[in-house]
Amino acid sequence: MDDGLRSHVLELLSKGVRLDGRKPLDYRQPIKVETGLYSTACASAKVSIGDTEVVVGIKFEVGTPYPDNPDQGTIIVGAELVPMSNPEFELGPPSIDAIELARVVDRGIRESKAIDFKKLCITKGEKVWMVAIDIIPFNDAGNLFDAAALAALAALKTAKLPSYADGTIDYKSSRKEKLVLNHEPISVTVLKIGNSFVVDPLIEEQKVLDARLTVASLKDGTLCALQKGGDSPLGSEEILQMVDIALDKAKELRGAL
Amino acid sequence: MSYKKRIDNRSFDEMRKIEAKVGVIKRADGSASFKIGNTWAYAAVYGPRNLYPKFLQNPEKGILRCNYNMLPFSSSSDRVRPGGSRRSKEISMVTEKALSPVLNLDDFPNAVVDVFIELPQTEAGSRCAGICAASMALADAGLDMKDLVCAVSVGRVDDKLAVDLDYSEEAYEDGPVADIPVAMLPNLGKISLLQMDGLVKKEQLQEVLDKAKKACAEIYKIQKQALKEKYRVV
Repeated sequence: MDDGLRSHVLELLSKGVRLDGRKPLDYRQPIKVETGLYSTACASAKVSIGDTEVVVGIKFEVGTPYPDNPDQGTIIVGAELVPMSNPEFELGPPSIDAIELARVVDRGIRESKAIDFKKLCITKGEKVWMVAIDIIPFNDAGNLFDAAALAALAALKTAKLPSYADGTIDYKSSRKEKLVLNHEPISVTVLKIGNSFVVDPLIEEQKVLDARLTVASLKDGTLCALQKGGDSPLGSEEILQMVDIALDKAKELRGAL
Repeated sequence: MSYKKRIDNRSFDEMRKIEAKVGVIKRADGSASFKIGNTWAYAAVYGPRNLYPKFLQNPEKGILRCNYNMLPFSSSSDRVRPGGSRRSKEISMVTEKALSPVLNLDDFPNAVVDVFIELPQTEAGSRCAGICAASMALADAGLDMKDLVCAVSVGRVDDKLAVDLDYSEEAYEDGPVADIPVAMLPNLGKISLLQMDGLVKKEQLQEVLDKAKKACAEIYKIQKQALKEKYRVV
């Protein structure tokens, strides 16, 4: 860890400010959501939070259901931390950071029961729809977690199933039915640096964090997924405080959709 | 049979609509996007920067490293599996060869210039779009360059030569089709990428190169305009 950077961040936080002049619980502005960018994707969205830009593209595939859920489709979430978006990213197989990002976004969607997997069944035990959700940061200036989860939700909201006949998908003609979303999970990541809580971290803040907690929640405040990261443990009091912050900030992100 | 009129009504020398932009990736040292029809390439340049592992370093000159990558949702058919294919590795290599003649790599011993080309949407001509974007991104990164690089694919459809084939023409079934991607250094008058799939008579090759040259001159103007747009003095 960069000790000089950490003490600088801590000193600023003790005065209630951050490297870019924000207050601890402020998101960068503007928060922008664009959809329908790419004609080759079944659905797509780009979310910008400050300088961070994350794209999510969705492709529907047809596959065999899992034996324990023969009448249910599924989602497959992938994240490619492309080296275009950050000088520290490298080519090669998915890093642990990419895997964690994809799995945290996956859990937010899956566990919220946003998608009725039974409606993705084509032929029980044989064929189901698989929703491939791919996360690609275009510019990583921090907080990929929240941007990726928001982009995934925004893209899912516009997704229409393609036509499927005689074992082939016709991507050119989409069916009238939209993918039905029963819930809209929003993720907010709260960082603990020293004794302060911070949202929407910059890259530099991510490098000096003690702990982070990503909280996915529904509109009514129900929690649907959690992920703690960072090397320091958290007290239960702290966790509840961080969840409160996340629930409050989720309203702001929800407003950007 | 003869191919009289192009499927999308373009004239035979006409490229699809082009949009070029410089400075699209803030974290990169240089970046650009190049959209031609439905094919859309982003390029980001990092470097010259230190090259690791160290055994790759060349004490006499820097190296250029390109990576061409189709994003999972970029194909009009099935999802593209991430991680690269034989095809993408070859395209990365020919892209390096297409771009390196304009750089003065001797200036950066032991260093690397990385070019990452990402394609969110493709519909024919993606390697050429990638090269056009990469060339602008290298200029945006402030690298000393002898020329820009412009690339376009010229095709044979039945008995006609056409510039910048789209998918429907590549898939033309009533006659022979050839696809010939060409990259040019417009001021030096040289060709740095030439590939071909399909059948062409030797006499036609000169005509192919002439058509590519004309189209590249147009691309060059668009690239320069996009660069000037970013560095415009207000």
